[in-house]
Amino acid sequence: MPAMNRRAADILIWFLLLAAPWWLPPAGSYIELGTHVVVYALAAMALNFLLGFTGVLSFGHAAYFGLGAYGTAMTIKYLYPSTPLGMLVGIVVATAAAAIIGPLIVRLRGVYFAMCTIAFGQVFYFIAFQWRSATGGDDGVSAWRRMPLDLGVVQIDILNSPKAFYFFVLAVFAVCAAAMAFLLRSPFGRTLLAIRENERRARFLGIPVDRHIWLSWVVSCFFVSVAGALFALMNNFVDPRALRWDQSGNFVIMAVLGGMRSFWGPLIGAAIFLVLQDYISSHTENWMSFIGLFFVLIVLFFPRGVLGLVRRRSAS
Amino acid sequence: MTQLLLFNVFNGLIIGAFYALMALGLSLILNLSGVINFAHGGFLAIGGYLAYTLIPYLGFWGALLASPFLVALIGVAIERVLIRQLYGRDPLYSLLLTFGLAFMIEDGTRFIWGAQSLPYQIPNWLAAPLSTTYFFLTGYRVFMMALVAAVVFGLFLILNHTRLGLRIRAGTLDLETVSTLGVNVRVLRNLNFGLGIYLAGLAGVLAVGMLGLQPTIGDNLIMPSFIAIIVGGLGSLPGTLAGGLLIGVASGVTSVFLPSASEAVIYVMMAAVLIVRPRGLLGEEGRF
Repeated sequence: MPAMNRRAADILIWFLLLAAPWWLPPAGSYIELGTHVVVYALAAMALNFLLGFTGVLSFGHAAYFGLGAYGTAMTIKYLYPSTPLGMLVGIVVATAAAAIIGPLIVRLRGVYFAMCTIAFGQVFYFIAFQWRSATGGDDGVSAWRRMPLDLGVVQIDILNSPKAFYFFVLAVFAVCAAAMAFLLRSPFGRTLLAIRENERRARFLGIPVDRHIWLSWVVSCFFVSVAGALFALMNNFVDPRALRWDQSGNFVIMAVLGGMRSFWGPLIGAAIFLVLQDYISSHTENWMSFIGLFFVLIVLFFPRGVLGLVRRRSAS
Repeated sequence: MTQLLLFNVFNGLIIGAFYALMALGLSLILNLSGVINFAHGGFLAIGGYLAYTLIPYLGFWGALLASPFLVALIGVAIERVLIRQLYGRDPLYSLLLTFGLAFMIEDGTRFIWGAQSLPYQIPNWLAAPLSTTYFFLTGYRVFMMALVAAVVFGLFLILNHTRLGLRIRAGTLDLETVSTLGVNVRVLRNLNFGLGIYLAGLAGVLAVGMLGLQPTIGDNLIMPSFIAIIVGGLGSLPGTLAGGLLIGVASGVTSVFLPSASEAVIYVMMAAVLIVRPRGLLGEEGRF
């Protein structure tokens, strides 16, 4: 009864997410960590749209994550202090950049694709770092805050109430997750799966493979930029580290750790990764070594991720 | 003006030589094993630090000789223990593994040698300028260029005129056939990895004399090295060499006219190459 199991898992996950502000503090944690997990989960799920469901490895998603973040931060700081407007600008800028860069790389495959995404990702890191007058260079964009949401009738104070901000992030996450699930169930999503399983056969069937990979790339970058916008709002700050290559690596490891072939995998991966990072970095200065070791151990012993393991166990 | 231009072209050539040295190592490993070695910058840093540690015992020249070999040995060991297991699997995994290694190496060097920049002595007679008009031509820079040229020449000699080189080149084209013909592919890949890491170590020893010694020294060199490979063409070592020198000189020349764009020009070149000729300048058609 896999269908029922899946329904039960969906309900459990949504229940845990909705109830997080109430069970996180008793569990010895804090709401902000929950917000952190949801934001990164969205980024990792967006990456997984491309990695797990189209079979294309991007190692440069931090660029679009960071563009979303910078767009949001700079709009709120310089143009107009409005949270939704900032997010909109960030997302549009990042998605446009992805759409323009896409055609240059969708013809490439495998390692070559990965390498070009890394290199192009670095362009934006470099711009953010060098263009001091606008982006603040290494110091980042600071001295701005997310604005309370004004819905006309009610005002939601997402700035001062961590709980309200958590639910705001969760609401955005829910919309994005639903949209991705919908896309994956549509004929378009099925086509992407076909490309992942056997690109040559998909080509023989008359599917314009390059165009589909481009579309999947843009969709994936769109959602990752939403996560980036939320990331900027969460910190009330953004600096070039948001778009550096190690950030891309984090997204990939989250997807792999949770399980690339499952929809919720990246969420679980993000939760494990961030809780672990939070724990390690508060206990040792050499947290980088541990994170690195963590990468190595996952690759060697855990390549299918948590959900991959669960699935295999239940299948046997 | 001419002098300024000459200065920057020369500077670009030196930087380009570093990119090329790094990129050649990366390219060797990538071509034969399909592994993007993110930890390459880390190996470069190890090369520099080992040289720093060895200089009091072996002197400058001894360290220059010994350090890259030691780094290559570390590389061979790491290939044997970790990377070998990932051949034939999705390139995603080797990428993540070397990514984790890069973290560990950076943190490890910081742990052992400290985070602050360390002083690195090159012999005085090498540090002095060779001529007063062309002040930038210090002995060390000329020496570096000559050494890099010699090493690259040696590398191509090995690849073209020894049995090992023949096998590496053949394996790049069709590893399965090479294996069927009785070559031990595991050993071949192991040696090839060591060769690539040797180049990284050498680049490290030379780079510290110019860039100073700190744990993140490899970070600024690895991205341009990726771009050198993309511009030069995947699968082609002469292409990688040309790509490295080309982007080095291009960024040097740009810094004369538009200093703030000196790094951006590298990325523009990459985009241009991908538009006009996606396989890279000297890359083969249909390889990727």
